Amino acid sequence: MTTRAVLLDERITLKHGAGGRAMRALIENVFARGFPKAAGEEVGLAAMDDGAALRVGGKLLVITTDSHVIHPVFFPGGDIGRLAVAGTVNDLAVMGATDAPVLTCAVILEEGYPRSDLERIQKSLRETCLEAGATVVTGDTKVMGKGELDGIVLNTTGVAVTERVVSDAGLRPGDRILVTGTVGDHGFAVLAARRGLELEGRLVSDVAPINGLVRVALAAGGAAVSAMKDATRGGVASALHEMASKSGVGIVLEEMQVPMRDEVRAASELLGIDPLHVANEGKAIIGVRPEAADRVLDALRAHPLGRDAAIIGKCIGDHVGSVILDTGFGRRLLTEPEGELLPRIC
Amino acid sequence: MIGPSQENVSDVGQVKFRDPAKARALSAALARLTREIGRDTISVMHVCGSHEQAIARFGLRAVFPPALNVIMGPGCPVCITDVPEVDEGVVLARQGVRIATYGDMVRVPGSAMSLADAQADGARIDVVYSVSQAVDLARKTDEEVVFFATGFETTAVATAAAILAGPPKNFSVLSAHKYIPPVMEIVAEMPETRVEGFLAAGHAATITGWGIFERFVERHGLPVVVAGFEPLDILAGLVKLLELIREGRPAVANMYPRCVTREGNLRAQEQLFKVFRPVGGCWRGIAHVPNGNLRLRDEFASFDARQRFRIDLTTLWDFAPPALAQRCICGDIMAGIASPNDCELFSKECVPERPVGACMVSNEGTCKIWHEYGGHPNLAGVL
Repeated sequence: MTTRAVLLDERITLKHGAGGRAMRALIENVFARGFPKAAGEEVGLAAMDDGAALRVGGKLLVITTDSHVIHPVFFPGGDIGRLAVAGTVNDLAVMGATDAPVLTCAVILEEGYPRSDLERIQKSLRETCLEAGATVVTGDTKVMGKGELDGIVLNTTGVAVTERVVSDAGLRPGDRILVTGTVGDHGFAVLAARRGLELEGRLVSDVAPINGLVRVALAAGGAAVSAMKDATRGGVASALHEMASKSGVGIVLEEMQVPMRDEVRAASELLGIDPLHVANEGKAIIGVRPEAADRVLDALRAHPLGRDAAIIGKCIGDHVGSVILDTGFGRRLLTEPEGELLPRIC
Repeated sequence: MIGPSQENVSDVGQVKFRDPAKARALSAALARLTREIGRDTISVMHVCGSHEQAIARFGLRAVFPPALNVIMGPGCPVCITDVPEVDEGVVLARQGVRIATYGDMVRVPGSAMSLADAQADGARIDVVYSVSQAVDLARKTDEEVVFFATGFETTAVATAAAILAGPPKNFSVLSAHKYIPPVMEIVAEMPETRVEGFLAAGHAATITGWGIFERFVERHGLPVVVAGFEPLDILAGLVKLLELIREGRPAVANMYPRCVTREGNLRAQEQLFKVFRPVGGCWRGIAHVPNGNLRLRDEFASFDARQRFRIDLTTLWDFAPPALAQRCICGDIMAGIASPNDCELFSKECVPERPVGACMVSNEGTCKIWHEYGGHPNLAGVL
């Protein structure tokens, strides 16, 4: 749908929260208007990146915030607590801020919510923080009446300091596109849990903090790492479209090189849902200058969370803003997911 | 650590029907054959939404030689359901009869409205995935349940089996089932299409058998190749079709022998024609097709919604037809004489969330498929 039609919508629909074009248009045209630039702002609202970056002293302070509305709250491979920490830590990491992230945690609960579930979520928050080298330093608690909210909503804000911010707009023709592991795991795991799908093998979410993995890539690639983005809502397809249009390049994606678990492939063929359109919660897309691509790939693969990392494409100078999918049999344009495939995926 | 195990990431190259090296060899054969035939345009037609899905999904048009024009004909059962048939469902629903039908049918525009519009006005519409779900629904209620049955011979067989199994008395069928072989005769003779051969749908042929195309080939002097739905099946089917065209040899070839035999599924055919008889009727956008519609035989009149209810289409005359629909060219697209890119509404006013024409509704509709897979830009020169 065209941006114009999205603008004409008088009411918010689920697609406006889907991470795709409709959401970007809503942010651009409603939220991101009229705020002055912050002091020391290097990356602000207008960049529509994974977070913001402010120059403080000689360093850059990266800030991001996330709300979590996933249903079900507990799903194969994780829960809302793990998701909140991983989502926030990963947004900071793909901006280049991988060390010692500090989080806030605000929770909104529905009256009658079981205390045992809350304790389970708190434990998960704590353990995931430990994994990420992160911690929670402040928070907020609100309770709403029965039926005024579905269970629990979490909001986490994260801050971390870095020397160099990596944006999602730095791709150049010739750059290689890397993905840090298998694609589609989170989306299909949540979908299967929600619909009670019985599929061979187990669909398990990939939700994990990957700041350690991104750190390894940055150490190996240095300035040759040209752009990064985490492939959450809207999946790899949305992430690549955004990177391509902001960077002013085209991207050719080699479908056969995209790592994917057999269970995900089977579920996608069965349900007719493209794994490239589905959310990941522990995967980054990394653009690297061609000469450093193999070096970064080796470094990723040596990390326990990066064993399935792969080079999946490259940037070209024409077809700007488009993602061309080479299927191994032919070529077509990869579209961004349009409506909302899976509301409340994260 | 919580997270996926890493053992079973597949080596896609080993998947039997997904071998890119074989695909390249077949594409090269297509290029060679079109050169040998030597004409500027060689048009062939497939008649199946699943073929179009696979062609678009795997981006095959980017590797077809420029002279090879692969057209999708009337292969989407939702799309070819005629407007008056949708209207019959809408009228029944507005009369208070409970309608059970496939999800796509709910959004197909009729002359005045779709079933979804009728539902918004209070009609009872149940989306089902199979005829047996509709029968189950009828068993659980005293209300009249009408199964609005669409689809080609493949799905008609399931409807026939449900009727032969003795459904409850409050169950009946509004049949919009269609039969593919007769429409191929019509399209083959349409002067605008100039089709030189057909790719026939493998799954329909598992029922009818490939032998059914022998008479067609004799009558029209055009080759027919039965093909499956993996990308290699389609490429191999097209190679065979071009070979037959080059040799000027109208014949039937079965390139889907792992599923299709000459006689087909005799038991399914027997059930199909025990319950249904082919009658002439209109297909949306195509024309009147002799023997193209499947209607219930008189023995099963008690299960025939058309016999059971008075369906007065004039009750829809008060509604103005949707304005955009006047500009929709679905009919030409289904006849294979226009492509979605020729339509001014395509991917603009007409999108899957708000379809103007039937081709944007169904997953088997040409417009929906092209929209979903990025249209049909020229990507032959990339890299």
